[in-house]
Amino acid sequence: MKKFSILLSIGAALLPSLALAQDAAEPGFDEIGPYIMTTLLFLVGGFLVFWMAAGFAMLEAGLVRSKNVTMQLTKNIALFSLAAIMYWLVGFNLMYPGEFNGYFAFNFVPTVLEPVGLAAADASLDYASVASDFFFQLMFVAATASIVSGVLAERIKLWPFLAFVAILTGFMYPISGSWQWGGGWLSEMGFSDFAGSTIVHSVGGWAALAGALILGPRIGKYAKDGKVIPMPGSNLALATLGTFILWLGWFGFNGGSQLAAGTVGDITDVGRIFANTNMAAASGALVALILTQLLYKKPDLTMILNGCLAGLVSITAEPLAPSLFLSMIIGGIGGAIVVFAVPLLDKLKIDDVVGAIPVHLFAGIWGTLAVAITGGYTGEATLTVQVIGILAYGVFTFVVAGIFWYLLKMTVGIRVSEEAEITGLDKAELGMEAYPDFTRG
Amino acid sequence: MKLIIATIKPFKLEEVREALTTAGVRGLMVTEIKGFGAQSGHTEIYRGAEYVVNFVPKVKLELVVADSQADQMVEVITKTAHTGKIGDGKIFVLDVEQAVRVRTGETGEDAL
Repeated sequence: MKKFSILLSIGAALLPSLALAQDAAEPGFDEIGPYIMTTLLFLVGGFLVFWMAAGFAMLEAGLVRSKNVTMQLTKNIALFSLAAIMYWLVGFNLMYPGEFNGYFAFNFVPTVLEPVGLAAADASLDYASVASDFFFQLMFVAATASIVSGVLAERIKLWPFLAFVAILTGFMYPISGSWQWGGGWLSEMGFSDFAGSTIVHSVGGWAALAGALILGPRIGKYAKDGKVIPMPGSNLALATLGTFILWLGWFGFNGGSQLAAGTVGDITDVGRIFANTNMAAASGALVALILTQLLYKKPDLTMILNGCLAGLVSITAEPLAPSLFLSMIIGGIGGAIVVFAVPLLDKLKIDDVVGAIPVHLFAGIWGTLAVAITGGYTGEATLTVQVIGILAYGVFTFVVAGIFWYLLKMTVGIRVSEEAEITGLDKAELGMEAYPDFTRG
Repeated sequence: MKLIIATIKPFKLEEVREALTTAGVRGLMVTEIKGFGAQSGHTEIYRGAEYVVNFVPKVKLELVVADSQADQMVEVITKTAHTGKIGDGKIFVLDVEQAVRVRTGETGEDAL
């Protein structure tokens, strides 16, 4: 308190001279306030979305078997770091090129920040700092890549996986993202995806689905007679912690996507988004709890965790317009989708270790369709255009991802040896176990 | 001397331990085990897929007592571990040739 008052008096002594010197150049707070508030929104939103990387890492570490935990953690920190560099190198400017043809921006340049101590006169006062925008957006691309790592866990080789991550985060995600968020053809058409049910989550899901089909299921997951052999996760405490971390991070994911905080309307909208996002997560979890109790006579925690995340993905395409009641319905349907989609994928022998395809792809499609209920924050989204958007992202990502997975499989191979898979990737590939005293696979 | 091996339901362990010490037992070896008997396995559901659990968790007790005490201890365990439902467990009694207390070198029943 004392320190504070000393600072204040120094400030007061300095202020008149500062004010004199900058009178001509510096705009008043009325003009720079929105810029500062929006920049702050990006910074706070950005570190919340960053924290989702920890959520994904813990969720996946908990849902893989103990013999693969170190490898899963390695993939998670490596994919995040790689995404950060690829997005700087080309991704950000491919995704937000300014004026372009609407389909593909030939804009292969790294991101450049503003100079140190930017003068207010040189700032884009109607938006936010480039650095905060870049920082915020790159967290989203990392989330996309995390989805892929969960689906393909326990059997994919590290380096080919990372090669795919580089392609996904540097090119695929930014190019398709530019169609909507970069002001491309889908945004012209009136497609609406507020924070990325399709653009982030379904894209990750499609890329993972293509990978899962080409990679094949884990050894022993499906018996010859078609029966599904469960492979219980190693640590449900970590999986639950991961889910709570993702839930927290999602406030930044959806709230920050308001992309403005400088007016009463904007900051109130951010509040609406936080409340709606929370509601959808809660109802997704509860619906999964009730449904697993009814269907299987016992609640299944892993499904409840997936249901919560599916609720979050469902509300992500439009977290602003719905009422709390409608958010509850949208999230709840997301939770139901998971409970039915997880066994369905198993019937199709598509091995998704953490349930990311039902959560991110199926609930993402549902959330994007659900925008048409309210018309989105613009009030103009229609079911037809939403379907066109879903198909565009689906076809592009699935086909391009399929081609790259196939090329990787044909050249370097994407799957570890049978022996390594059975021994566990931790021992076979890394020589380091997450739980050295307890590992038995 | 007799070695009593008993497999019981894990939730009965504390009750059985208390009953045995009250009856005068001064040592007990306990192991967490899995196995199957008449109860056989049961089915569980994980993420919508049903699977059979072939081995049921049990607790195995091993205690060595004087010949004169054996019948009483078997009775104590039978009474305390009993629920009447399938899977209550089994008790085996074996002869023990020798016992030695490591600290003092005492042998036979003195070592118990």
